Amino acid sequence: MKKSLTALWLAFLFSLPLWMNNQYVLHVLVVTGIFIVAAISLNLLLGYAGQLSLGHVAFFGIGAYASALTSLGFSVHLTPETVLAIAPKPVWCGMLAAVIASGACGWFLGRLSFKVRGAYFVIVSISFAEVVRLIALNWVELTQGPMALNNIPPLTLWLPGLGEHVFWKKPANYWLVLCIAVVSYVIVRRLVRSRAGRAMVALRENEPLASSVGIDVTRYLVLAAVVSAAMAGAAGALYAHYIRIVDPDVFLFIYTVTMVIMVITGGKGTLAGPVVGGLIFGLMPETLRAFAIPPELQWIVYGVLMVLVVFFLPRGIVPAVQQWWQRRQGSAVPAKAAS
Amino acid sequence: MTAALLAVSKLAVRFGGLAAIEDLSFEVNAGEVLALIGPNGAGKTSAFNAITGYLAPSGGEIVFAGARLNGLKPHRIAELGLVRTFQKTSVFGGRSALDNVLIGLHLRSTQQPLAILLGLPSVAREEKKLVAEAREILSFVGLGTRADELGNALAYGEQRLLEIAVALAARPKLLLLDEPVSGMNAVETESFMARLTRIRMLGITVLLVEHDMKMVMGVSDRIVCLSQGRVIASGTPVEIQRDPGVIRAYLGEKYARGKGAPVRA
Repeated sequence: MKKSLTALWLAFLFSLPLWMNNQYVLHVLVVTGIFIVAAISLNLLLGYAGQLSLGHVAFFGIGAYASALTSLGFSVHLTPETVLAIAPKPVWCGMLAAVIASGACGWFLGRLSFKVRGAYFVIVSISFAEVVRLIALNWVELTQGPMALNNIPPLTLWLPGLGEHVFWKKPANYWLVLCIAVVSYVIVRRLVRSRAGRAMVALRENEPLASSVGIDVTRYLVLAAVVSAAMAGAAGALYAHYIRIVDPDVFLFIYTVTMVIMVITGGKGTLAGPVVGGLIFGLMPETLRAFAIPPELQWIVYGVLMVLVVFFLPRGIVPAVQQWWQRRQGSAVPAKAAS
Repeated sequence: MTAALLAVSKLAVRFGGLAAIEDLSFEVNAGEVLALIGPNGAGKTSAFNAITGYLAPSGGEIVFAGARLNGLKPHRIAELGLVRTFQKTSVFGGRSALDNVLIGLHLRSTQQPLAILLGLPSVAREEKKLVAEAREILSFVGLGTRADELGNALAYGEQRLLEIAVALAARPKLLLLDEPVSGMNAVETESFMARLTRIRMLGITVLLVEHDMKMVMGVSDRIVCLSQGRVIASGTPVEIQRDPGVIRAYLGEKYARGKGAPVRA
């Protein structure tokens, strides 16, 4: 039952570009999908390991820059004499570089904050994002600073049956993002249903008790940070090669906030939470525009809805729906509870 | 008796100028139940925290099964087979009882992150085994029917049993119980004592801190009595009950002079 529902849902998502020709809607879906991947990655750290990373956009941005720079090539003076020059590489190399670079930064941040929890972790993560933004803004030789990296090539992949395929068009990008989102979802699902995920949850729920049964909490915090950062880096790479321009504004705090809203309203610490929250809060501004609501009002509606969700469903939409479903099932079959 | 499983010698714990423990030495032999008693503030819980790595001792040495524990992190000490419970009830409240025990089984599983990410079948196989094992442990402590309840939703006495289940899941050689029956009623205490006997039969050595004297006298092989950070007496329950030093520490000078008065909780 559950399996066939998942299959139906996936079939709907994958077939969407075949029967829907509205390019604008596809564009919105692609961007929302990219943010959902980022939200899924944040959920691992925030929802499961219980550490609020308010600098999560740093990993997204690092991924975007790493991928863009690798595929464009660059040369920088490390000292006045020595020049590090990288020739342009294929885009898939760039995406790989994005995952590795972001993962390494996640490892660094995880190690750095190994004794820092709660509010201190939040501060460390915000500072990290801000430092990275300033580097992107001021290291003009590498990043072009505020002039931005332009003309980033789209992904080129050899696909069976298609040969060399360049991801220019929206449907191709839609499928690419959808695939990455499914992979991210599966990765998180595998993690949280394993020993590693239980260790992360144990860290969130009761750290002293966790270490009393032999869980090396630091190790699993670092693991969560690495996987989460690498995934956010992949999202950043997707963004760079889809939008094809990256400037230091990708590091803006508002993007982190968007991810946090998606995770919290959807339901942190649930697998479907960031997907549901991401779909609602990613698509809503555009949906409101379709009803010809003026922009000022759009954001007011957005804010009010967010407050309502947090106020009435403090654990998020997904846990609330699950609870409602269970209660309904419970009242329909009271004999089940007794047995 | 063979060599001591746990040897604490000249342990000192100081918080700034305050000495919680001045000079504490005792040994726990394999297979026995040793109780650490003493009035409030005697340093029992500090001793527990120092032994299990939650507090850095200011002096002295702690040796467990030949390994020096000083300076080791709590999780390393647990790996060596020394597992504790906490004075304040401590479970993973937001998870089911079964999940609690599964977390406790951490050291018994071998999945590596890469295997998990790749979704290897060995991971799924091990998960199945772990769940079966967790259910077994839950039934052992008498929570077999409560597996799906959230930790928070369990009754107080049940939470205390769940704590023991989580600790047992880590396969301790030496189990440190910090006031396991505090807050339990007489019936619950009685059944807990029976359960402790069964834990002993698994070959687990127990170090106990407890205020409930009836329980302590009933289950312990030996008792070490602390007062103000020092050992004032040690011996069998009967010896401790007759020790004038212990009576003085608990009840004051007046009672100590009336020699032989039994200590009452």
